[in-house]
Amino acid sequence: MTRSELPALSIAELRPLLCRREVSPREVLEALEERINAVDGKIGAYLSRDFDAAAVEAEKADINLPLGGIPVAIKDIINVAGQPCTCASKILRGYRAPYNATAIERLRAAGAIPFGKTNLDEFAMGSSTENSSAQLTRNPWDLSRVRGGSSGGSAAAVAVDAAFGALGTDTGGSIRQPAALSGIVGVKPSYGRVSRYGLTAFASSLDQVGSLTKTVRDSALIMNAIAGPDPCDTTCLNAPVPDYAAELGRGLKDMRLGLPKEYMIEGIDSAVRQAVDAAVKHLSSLGAEIVDVSLPHTDYAISVYYILATAEASANLARFDGVRYGYRAENPTDLLDFYGRTREEGFGAEVKRRIILGTYVLSSGYYDAYYLRAQKVRELIRRDFEQAFAKVDALVSPTSPTPAFKIGEKTSDPLQMYLADIFTNAGNLAGICGISLPCGFARSESGRPLPIGLQFLGKALDEARIFEIAYAYEQSTEWHKARPSLNDQSIVGK
Amino acid sequence: MAGEPDLDVAYVAKLARLNLSAEETRLFQKQLGEVLKYAEKLKEIDVTGVEAAAHGVPIFNVFREDEPRDCFTAQQALSNAPRQANNLFIVPKVVE
Repeated sequence: MTRSELPALSIAELRPLLCRREVSPREVLEALEERINAVDGKIGAYLSRDFDAAAVEAEKADINLPLGGIPVAIKDIINVAGQPCTCASKILRGYRAPYNATAIERLRAAGAIPFGKTNLDEFAMGSSTENSSAQLTRNPWDLSRVRGGSSGGSAAAVAVDAAFGALGTDTGGSIRQPAALSGIVGVKPSYGRVSRYGLTAFASSLDQVGSLTKTVRDSALIMNAIAGPDPCDTTCLNAPVPDYAAELGRGLKDMRLGLPKEYMIEGIDSAVRQAVDAAVKHLSSLGAEIVDVSLPHTDYAISVYYILATAEASANLARFDGVRYGYRAENPTDLLDFYGRTREEGFGAEVKRRIILGTYVLSSGYYDAYYLRAQKVRELIRRDFEQAFAKVDALVSPTSPTPAFKIGEKTSDPLQMYLADIFTNAGNLAGICGISLPCGFARSESGRPLPIGLQFLGKALDEARIFEIAYAYEQSTEWHKARPSLNDQSIVGK
Repeated sequence: MAGEPDLDVAYVAKLARLNLSAEETRLFQKQLGEVLKYAEKLKEIDVTGVEAAAHGVPIFNVFREDEPRDCFTAQQALSNAPRQANNLFIVPKVVE
């Protein structure tokens, strides 16, 4: 194997080469750096990378550890000590993290090397990575299309072999949706499975750190490292962590999969519907029993999500006041001008929009009508899933109603953009786990293949089961082997 | 949630300590009006007797031992300050 072939490997393929000393962590890192330098100009996945520091880590990497010597890309909202953490916001331009997130400590303890930070929608608010203040991240399957979001940089890097794996965050679909639109695997763990300590908070009751990888097994390997209780995050659940990777391969016999009838709605792209229908048939042929289930409050999830997520965001983002860190407006006339202008000049449009909405639904006179009511409907949504999981082991659905849309197509209509999360954000509201993996392709008008994602949702702390199902599907299909071709594409237009 | 949403973006922006341009105020008024109109459908649901869920996974009162641990030095805490001096954050004068 030549060095230029290394970046295309999965983590599980690379590990034996490292263990047999056929390649060194240093060579792996250098091969990855070359690949990033070759492709990132077209894709725009990375906001920063520190290969000098990574090289030092690679030299002393303990390859006997489960992720020993594996470089991992990190969404630029998770703090890695000494590296920038901008959240793709002007308000944090130049910010350097003074400490490590727990997920980073855990990755390092497992031998991985967090070497670079990836692009996102500002503060993870968005479904296309178009809300980044730093740069546009393009979809390598079609450079005129969005990458999905908000973990768009992490998804892009993995999809073009410019990362072996990456961490992202998922508040309403921000790992699963970009993974679907990129033809890779994305995992949103159950709420409380992974510590949020060191993740810059967007919506604290919904945020989770998870993985974006080329294969299901790689995601299981990363989850093995990052999952588990943490005294620094009281919402992190004190539950044992199984070996997710060791349990793969038992198959789908006796597995019951629920098909939520509310998810087969008008407005699903016909290619997405066909691909998911075919995937369900395939799962049935593998031995799974397919059962119709109902999630009666599905239609309300987007409304509940945007009320609760923006309310929490408006409170979380109050910390950006220009005093202790980040951007500060010059020459204020008084205290209100100091705060008001610092935030006006520091935040981008979508973040401002969500602060306004969140402040409104929490404000006196509207709290009961919006925020409290949304919390009650959230409870009904949670019960919907509880009742469904009493009948089935997991749910199967599309990840996103459409393949990747055009850059700029939805930026002027926030409501349309919000509807892109229709199949993912109920899972965050209910605190359950989800995985997206490739299940086919649509075609763009110019004939380019556009990946389609299949989602499995499992009950809280049942990650092992959705890994099992996803692995059975993946190993009996070829979709995950497809890679985008960048050589025949150039960037046209803006 | 009675009647049409009566969001006043300019007023809420003051509450949020967030200055907006006239153009942003106009645009958000329209866009968020549409989002709130969409959210009106929550009115359809009978939530009588339903408890409000603050989290998907209800957990309460998590304690840990009250033990001293490492924490930031002043230099670390100040490392991203817009302005600092004498181990302190420097801010503009806000009282006469």
